[in-house]
Amino acid sequence: MNFVAFRMLIGDRAKYIGLIFAVAFSTFLLQNQISIFAGIMKNTGHRVIDITDAEVWVMDPQTRYFDENKALKDTDLTRVRGVPGVDYAVRLFKGNPVARTNTGRFATCVALGLDDATLTGAPRHMILGSWEALRRPHQIVIDKAGYLMLFPGEPLELGRELELNDQRVEIAGISDALPGFVSLPIIHARYSEALNFQGKQRLQLSFVLARAKAGLSPEELALRIQEATGLKARTTWQFAWDCVAYYLQNTGIPVNFGITIAVATLVGLVVTGQTFYLFTVENLKQFGALKAIGVTNLRLLGMILLQAVTVWFVGYGLGSALAATFFNITLNVIATRHITLLWQSATGVGIFMLIVVLLASVAGLQRVLKLQPAEVFRS
Amino acid sequence: MTSTPSIAVQCQSVRRSFGSGDARIEVLRGVDFEARQGEMTFLVGPSGCGKTTLISIIAGLLDASAGEVALFGSKPASMTSRGQILFRRSHLGFVFQQYNLLPALTAAENAAVPLLAAGMKHREAVDRATAMLQRLGIGEKASVLPRLLSGGQQQRVALARALVHEPRLIICDEPTAALDHKSGESVMELLATAAVHPERAVVVVTHDNRVFHFAHRISHMNDGVITHTTTH
Ligand SMILES: Nc1ncnc2c1ncn2[C@@H]1O[C@H](COP(=O)(O)OP(=O)(O)OP(=O)(O)O)[C@@H](O)[C@H]1O
Ligand SMILES: [Mg+2]
Repeated sequence: MNFVAFRMLIGDRAKYIGLIFAVAFSTFLLQNQISIFAGIMKNTGHRVIDITDAEVWVMDPQTRYFDENKALKDTDLTRVRGVPGVDYAVRLFKGNPVARTNTGRFATCVALGLDDATLTGAPRHMILGSWEALRRPHQIVIDKAGYLMLFPGEPLELGRELELNDQRVEIAGISDALPGFVSLPIIHARYSEALNFQGKQRLQLSFVLARAKAGLSPEELALRIQEATGLKARTTWQFAWDCVAYYLQNTGIPVNFGITIAVATLVGLVVTGQTFYLFTVENLKQFGALKAIGVTNLRLLGMILLQAVTVWFVGYGLGSALAATFFNITLNVIATRHITLLWQSATGVGIFMLIVVLLASVAGLQRVLKLQPAEVFRS
Repeated sequence: MTSTPSIAVQCQSVRRSFGSGDARIEVLRGVDFEARQGEMTFLVGPSGCGKTTLISIIAGLLDASAGEVALFGSKPASMTSRGQILFRRSHLGFVFQQYNLLPALTAAENAAVPLLAAGMKHREAVDRATAMLQRLGIGEKASVLPRLLSGGQQQRVALARALVHEPRLIICDEPTAALDHKSGESVMELLATAAVHPERAVVVVTHDNRVFHFAHRISHMNDGVITHTTTH
C-alpha cells in the first residue's frame, strides 16, 4: 500500500509540485536567514573572543560594546594591576584610523594596539607572515579581507606600504581575523605605534586585558576588579555576549530577520497545510473506497504519513541544496566568507519543517479517519 | 446457525434509523432478505427506499439498529472491528456507481488494490490483476490510467478489482447507472458470466429495468421493507 500512497501523491502533479515548492522555499529562507543572522552575530562576538590571551576585559563603566568605547585613564592600568589575583594586565588600544595606499585608495579601519612587551591579543591565524614581526618598527598585520579591500585584485604579499595618519607602515603579516559587525579592515600593531595612527587624543587606553592567577576564575577576577577599581570588568565570553546583545537590542537586525523567518514559517505552514488538506479532501472518495475494500485506519494513517514524509524529504532536500549552493557562493565573497550553513540551523529547520508537514497532513487525516466507509456508496 | 450453506446472505428483521428525536427517520423497518450462492440477486425499488442503506449494513460498513445479518453462516456484527475489516477484505468485493478508481494508479494497479491491501507483493498482485482484466476483456488497458478509459471500461476495471481476490460475495450499487445502455448491458453480462460462480453470491442494487433479465432473483423493496421476491 505504500506504493499506492506514493503514486497517489505524485500522480497529482500540480499539488505535488506545489507542496514540494512550499517546503523547499520555506526551508531555503529559514536556513538562509538563520545562518546569516547567526553568522553576523558570531562575527560580532568573535571580535572579542579572537583576542585569545585575555581572560578579563576592563573598560570604562559606560562602555557597552567593543566598537564604541570610552577611553580609560593611563592610571587605570596600574590600578588594575594592583588588584589581588591579577596575574598580569596589559593595555589594548582600539581606534578607527583611515588607511591609505600609495595609489590613493583608502578605507576606515579597526586598528588594535597591542601591549608592546607581550603582544597580547595578536591574531593567531596567519595567512602570510608572522605576528612576531610586529616587534619591529612600523610593521602591522592586516586581515585578508582588509588587504583585498585596499589592494583589490592583487596577490597577497608582504612588504606593501600603507599610510595611517601620515605614518608609513609596512605590512608584515596577513591574518584571517573575522570581520566584525561591519566589515572593516582589521589592523594589528604595537600599542606605541597604534597611538600614532590617529590624531592626538588625550586618552588612548581603550581596554585593559587581564589574566587571573592560577586557581582564580575569570568571573571571580572580573568581580574583584570591578569592586576594587569601580571600572567595568567582564570575562571574554561575557563581553562577547554583551556585544551580541547590544546589536540585538539596538539595531533593526532581529526585527529584519524575524520578519523573514516569520514569513517563511507562515508560508510553509499555510501553503503546505492548505495543499495537503485539499489533496486529502479531494481524495476522500478514494480513501473511502479503500476503507470499504478493507484497508485499516492504521494503514491509511501510514499512507498519509508516508506522503507527508516524502514531501518533507524532497522539499527539505531541495531547499537545503539551494541554501548550500547559496552559501557556497557567498563563501567566496570576502565580506560574507565566514557565513556558512550551520548544521544546527540545518537540523533545526529540518525538524521544524517535518513538524509543519506532519501537522499539515494531520488536518486532512481527521476527515479520512472519521469517514464512514458507507459514504462511498453515495454519489 | 440457521442458514443453510447455499444461503450467502441472510437478513432478519433488520432495522435502521437515522437521527434522533423529531428528526429521526426509520429507513429500514424490519427487512428480511436473502441472497444465495451461485445466483445474482437484484435489489430494486424507488429512490430513497433504503437499498443503499441495506447493502451497507450487509457489507458491514454500517451498523443495524436491530435485527441480524449472517454472511455464510457467520455474523460479522459480533466480530471485533478489526475482525470485520479482515472479513470484508477477504470475502467481499465492491462495485460502486462512480467506479471510485484511484486516478494515479493504472488499471491493473487499481484492480490489484484488494491484494495489496491484504499484503501481497506488488508484482504478484499486479500480475493477477492483469490476468483478471484479460478475463474481462480489457487486458490491453492494463497499464492505462483511469482518466483515459471510457465509463464502461472504468467499470470493468472496478469489476476486476471486485473479483481479483476471489471473494464469496460481491455487492454492486447501481453499477450501470452512470453508463449508456450498451456499456451497461456489457458490464452486466460480464457480471453474469465472470462473477457468478457456484461458491459466490452477487447482490446488485439497480434502478435499471433494462437489465432485469440478468437476475436469478429480484427482491422488491419499498419504504424500508422487502415487499416481495420473484425468481427468474
Ligand atoms: N447517514 C444518513 N443520515 C440521515 N439520513 C440518511 C443517511 N443515509 C441515508 N439516509 C436516508 O435514508 C433514506 C434511504 O437512503 P438510501 O440511500 O438507502 O436509499 P436508496 O434506496 O439507496 O435510494 P437511491 O435509489 O436514491 O440510491 C433516504 O431518505 C436518505 O435520506
Ligand atoms: Mg442508493
